[in-house]
Amino acid sequence: MAEPRPVLEMTGIVKEFPGVRALSGVDFRLFPGEIHALMGENGAGKSTLIKVLTGVYPLDGGTIALDGQSMRIDSPFQAQQAGISTVYQEVNLCPNLSVAENIFIGREPTRYGRIQWSRMRKDAAELVDRLGLDIDVTAPLSSYPLAVQQLVAIVRSVGTGDSDGAGAGTKVLVLDEPTSSLDRDEVLELFRLMRRLRDEGVAILFVSHFLDQIYEICDRMTVLRNGTLVGEHLVSELDQVGLIQLMIGKAMDQLEGLHEHQLHAEVGETLLQAEGLGRTGGVAPFDLEIKKGEVLGLAGLLGSGRTELARLLFGADQPDSGKVTIGGKQVSMSAPNDAIGAGVAFCSENRKTEGLVPDLTVRENIILALQAARGWTRPIPAAQRDELVAKYIKALDIRPANPEARVGQLSGGNQQKVLLARWLITQPKLLILDEPTRGIDVGAKAEIQKLVVSLSEEGMSVLYIAAELEEVLRLSHTIGVLRDRKLVARIANGPEITPTRILETIASGEHQ
Amino acid sequence: MSTATKTPTAPDSRRTPSRAAQLLGDRRLPVVVTATLFLVMYLVGLGRYQNYGFGEPQVFLNLFIDNGYLLVAAVGATFVILSGGIDLSVGSVIGFTTMLTAWLVEKQGLPILVVIPIALGVGAFGGFLMGYVIHNFEIQPFIVTLAGLFLFRGLCLIISKESIAIDDSSVSSMAQAQAQLGVGFLSIGAIIALVVLAIAFYVLHYTRFGRRVYAIGGNEQSALLMGLPQGGTKIAVYTVSGFCSALAGLLFTLYIQSGDPLHATGMELDAIAAVVIGGTLLTGGSGYVVGTLFGVLVLGLIKSIIQFEGTLSSWWTKIATGVLLCAFILIQRAMTARKKT
Amino acid sequence: MTTTPRWRALTQHHLFWPVAVLVVLLLINVPFTPDFFSIKMTDGHLYGSLVSIVLFGSPLILVAVGMTLVIATGGIDLSVGAVVAITGALTCSYISDQADQDSLSGVFLALGIGLVAAVVCGLWNGFLVARMGIQPIIATLIIMVAGRGVAQLITDGQIITINSEPYKLIGGGYWLTLPFSIFVVAAVVAVTVALTRRTALGLLVESVGGNAEASRLVGIRSMRIKIMVYVFCALCAGIAGLMISSNTSAADGNNAGLWIELDAILAVVIGGTSLLGGRFSIGGTVVGALVIQTLTTTIYTIGVPTQTNLVFKAAVVIVVCLLQSPKFRAKVFGNKFGSGAGSGAKGGGTSAATPADTAPTTAAAPKMEVS
Repeated sequence: MAEPRPVLEMTGIVKEFPGVRALSGVDFRLFPGEIHALMGENGAGKSTLIKVLTGVYPLDGGTIALDGQSMRIDSPFQAQQAGISTVYQEVNLCPNLSVAENIFIGREPTRYGRIQWSRMRKDAAELVDRLGLDIDVTAPLSSYPLAVQQLVAIVRSVGTGDSDGAGAGTKVLVLDEPTSSLDRDEVLELFRLMRRLRDEGVAILFVSHFLDQIYEICDRMTVLRNGTLVGEHLVSELDQVGLIQLMIGKAMDQLEGLHEHQLHAEVGETLLQAEGLGRTGGVAPFDLEIKKGEVLGLAGLLGSGRTELARLLFGADQPDSGKVTIGGKQVSMSAPNDAIGAGVAFCSENRKTEGLVPDLTVRENIILALQAARGWTRPIPAAQRDELVAKYIKALDIRPANPEARVGQLSGGNQQKVLLARWLITQPKLLILDEPTRGIDVGAKAEIQKLVVSLSEEGMSVLYIAAELEEVLRLSHTIGVLRDRKLVARIANGPEITPTRILETIASGEHQ
Repeated sequence: MSTATKTPTAPDSRRTPSRAAQLLGDRRLPVVVTATLFLVMYLVGLGRYQNYGFGEPQVFLNLFIDNGYLLVAAVGATFVILSGGIDLSVGSVIGFTTMLTAWLVEKQGLPILVVIPIALGVGAFGGFLMGYVIHNFEIQPFIVTLAGLFLFRGLCLIISKESIAIDDSSVSSMAQAQAQLGVGFLSIGAIIALVVLAIAFYVLHYTRFGRRVYAIGGNEQSALLMGLPQGGTKIAVYTVSGFCSALAGLLFTLYIQSGDPLHATGMELDAIAAVVIGGTLLTGGSGYVVGTLFGVLVLGLIKSIIQFEGTLSSWWTKIATGVLLCAFILIQRAMTARKKT
Repeated sequence: MTTTPRWRALTQHHLFWPVAVLVVLLLINVPFTPDFFSIKMTDGHLYGSLVSIVLFGSPLILVAVGMTLVIATGGIDLSVGAVVAITGALTCSYISDQADQDSLSGVFLALGIGLVAAVVCGLWNGFLVARMGIQPIIATLIIMVAGRGVAQLITDGQIITINSEPYKLIGGGYWLTLPFSIFVVAAVVAVTVALTRRTALGLLVESVGGNAEASRLVGIRSMRIKIMVYVFCALCAGIAGLMISSNTSAADGNNAGLWIELDAILAVVIGGTSLLGGRFSIGGTVVGALVIQTLTTTIYTIGVPTQTNLVFKAAVVIVVCLLQSPKFRAKVFGNKFGSGAGSGAKGGGTSAATPADTAPTTAAAPKMEVS
């Protein structure tokens, strides 16, 4: 028994969305009694693969075999029936019901249609007990913190498919970023449960952005990039630098010399200073300084806390600790209004949900921030408004160049430009751009990067977040490196700074 | 109640929520508050109107007799509200049922025993249709049941613009039948209402359907991902509400012995108010049908007290209902806000 | 085929369908009442079916205009009927206490008292919705329930009748050959349009209703905006209350404005404003209110028993809502809304993309937000 038979084998998986091939011929296998990490950068296809496996998306090509039996999975319910259970980052349970009910709902033990409460509570208590957890199953779920709710979700999924109790029903357990909002103790508890289940023979597919956690708990990993399989490795045989190279898709030496510095402007005096700013579940307390005209790039893997850091600097999330000074004055940062008043602007990575108002026109979306700052009683005079809007539509080359077009109908790149225009007309001192080039075409990408450089030359400070290291290196004076929700290093950019160096910092958490 | 009969023992302090949080988080708290409120009001009534016969057991029993139909309607509304929806058609369905019953009995000469199943069937079918539209076309329950409100009130008027008195002997004998309890008596309507309450309690707490109602009200998205057949449950909930409204309409017909196109106008508000005062969260997922009983009793007691007071007028009922509604909505708000942190 | 693009542009105008329905309804009357469109001058007053439709529809237009703004922020106000009753009751009871009911100053004071009460109701609703974060349906339910009781309390359960010439003018008088209430409505509509389109209020309201989270991140103080629209809505209801009580020279706490909230919501929906919030159209709402009033008139003139009015209204509500439902359109008109992979893609035209809607079903976006 050198290599046991995989419990799950996915072969040549293809999944297409209009205009995009999200997965092209991915192979994936999972052995019983292992914890397997699925790794990949943003857009690599991890989520899509999981959704195909759990029946959320129909398959466009390839086969799935469970226990050697080829099968079709058409719905999450069917996947559960077959023994594939999923626990998502968002706890999908009913907080208003008791723990026992959450474990058993939909398959409560009944006699003549009457729910047997005492038996259900007893079974739940036994199940929880057997898995080494200490949870009162009669208490409502909402009385427990999120971490415990997560454990309950796992208990439920383990019990699924078998009303008599545990384990036997579930062959594959998919954990999709269960740790992203847990603290260390809670993560340890989760890991204890995972190991116990692994020892019982459950195959666990684990997705996490925390590299340390991967190396702590996983036995094997599969790396995806751009919808293709890059490789399957034993965790013990691949170090963190190697893993990141696989995820990003370039060998270290290949990365050298790719970037040229486009920066010319000298940076001025300090504009923004954050001291001990942090938020639990967001990003650990950090100190940060941004100078006038400086482009500060944030590097780090997805989920490393880049966005969370930016949101704290904008007051989009309330910090638990620390203070921010902008232009020498302390700003309270309890709401975006405070930050906007101090000259900070923020383009969210989620254009659709946190940026645009899709029903409104291009013109209305562009003037929204300026108008909000002026208040409703002082509308921007029509002539001035039209001139401003026309100017920015032209400057940023927004297409169609029709201020009356509904913004929801524009392409991603043009929507991004509308967002940029919205903030640029407010003439901010600090512009925060979170993944401004994600999901837009190459031309628009280059234009946005050029714009950042010229803004910096004009003296505007920019906080630039991008998944691509080259992009960050090309634009930034200084690079902040994040890892596992901590700002681990600040590196002054220069010819000697290469993607390799940054990668090493991301992998090790230290900068030499 | 059944979900948590014993207080959780606390072996591990980190795991078990603090006592205060537990008390505030306890879903039974609002029911206890309402029950206490009822008791206090009753005792105050006893103190004030002792000499006017408020202490008579029959005064208490009359609460059930005079509000039996409201209790049934409120039980139906409890199902809908627990599932996170709302039903504005309750009053209209009640009014329509009185009209339909009166018309079938008086103008068509059908025996009441044939009319009852017809009326119940029509109400349930109306509820089913609304649930079907709400679920399948994802239209807000508010607006769909609003259409139901218009429709059934309109159908009342189409049957007749005039009130129809019921002289049928079997109906009046049913209306006058009394069950002696030694200290007093209950009408058939009151007994049916209590039976409906008991059945609703059983269904909500001891059947999978009942638990699905709670689950959907707690988190619809989760209920879907947990593999619960959500559409069926939603449609069923509105069907139950339609059925209960029709039954309430029948009880109302017995109580008032006539059909009138304007009967029970605005009673959906009384039903919703009773449910909320009874401690059910208007956002769904939390509450007890027993609470609804106390909600109805509190509303009934307000009416009785106003009668006993003599100088107070009927509109004080509405004002008091509104004030109570407001108080309970704010309590609910405080409870849910605390839970989020 | 040069007319085709122009025709398409016309049909795509947001007022096309409401106006079309209104015109069809008006035309239906002609075979039954051949002089339906004629307007006569009698005693210096204009009379005619069209004038009466506007006259009788006036209170509804007022309430619906206020409701439009509330709905545009993603809310709803169920309390307008009660506010109508309270305002009418307060004003009439004050006037009836006057020795000289025709005294102008007394009437003005009475109007002021009534409208202040309406504003207070609006502030309360706005406070509960914006400050306490209570769902609008629930928050406004309180005044809906208690308000009628308060109105009856004010009138002592009676129908207060008054005899005040100046007050009568608002809802029943004539000015420049036309019913005075038409001028009141025109003024309120004009003020509303000016308030929303001449200032930035309309834009901010649409932004808050269209995407609440984006609005927060852009720095809009949505709490103020929301309180403002609830106050405005109550104020409109208050004016409608004055008009109704003035028209009958009486305040009826029980029946004044009964069900007007439902008609108003219906008018807003017919006018093309989505119940989900976002884009709103005051013009559409006015047309929507006229459609409802014309429906009533039409049912009357074509000889259908008037009691079927409510059944027709129910049918209109359902048809309009079904047409607005993306799911219904997808099912009935086929999949021409470009729904992507998976089931139940919400590809409709309305602003269904609220932040809460990032369910797994929004699979159609080509760029996957991969975890």
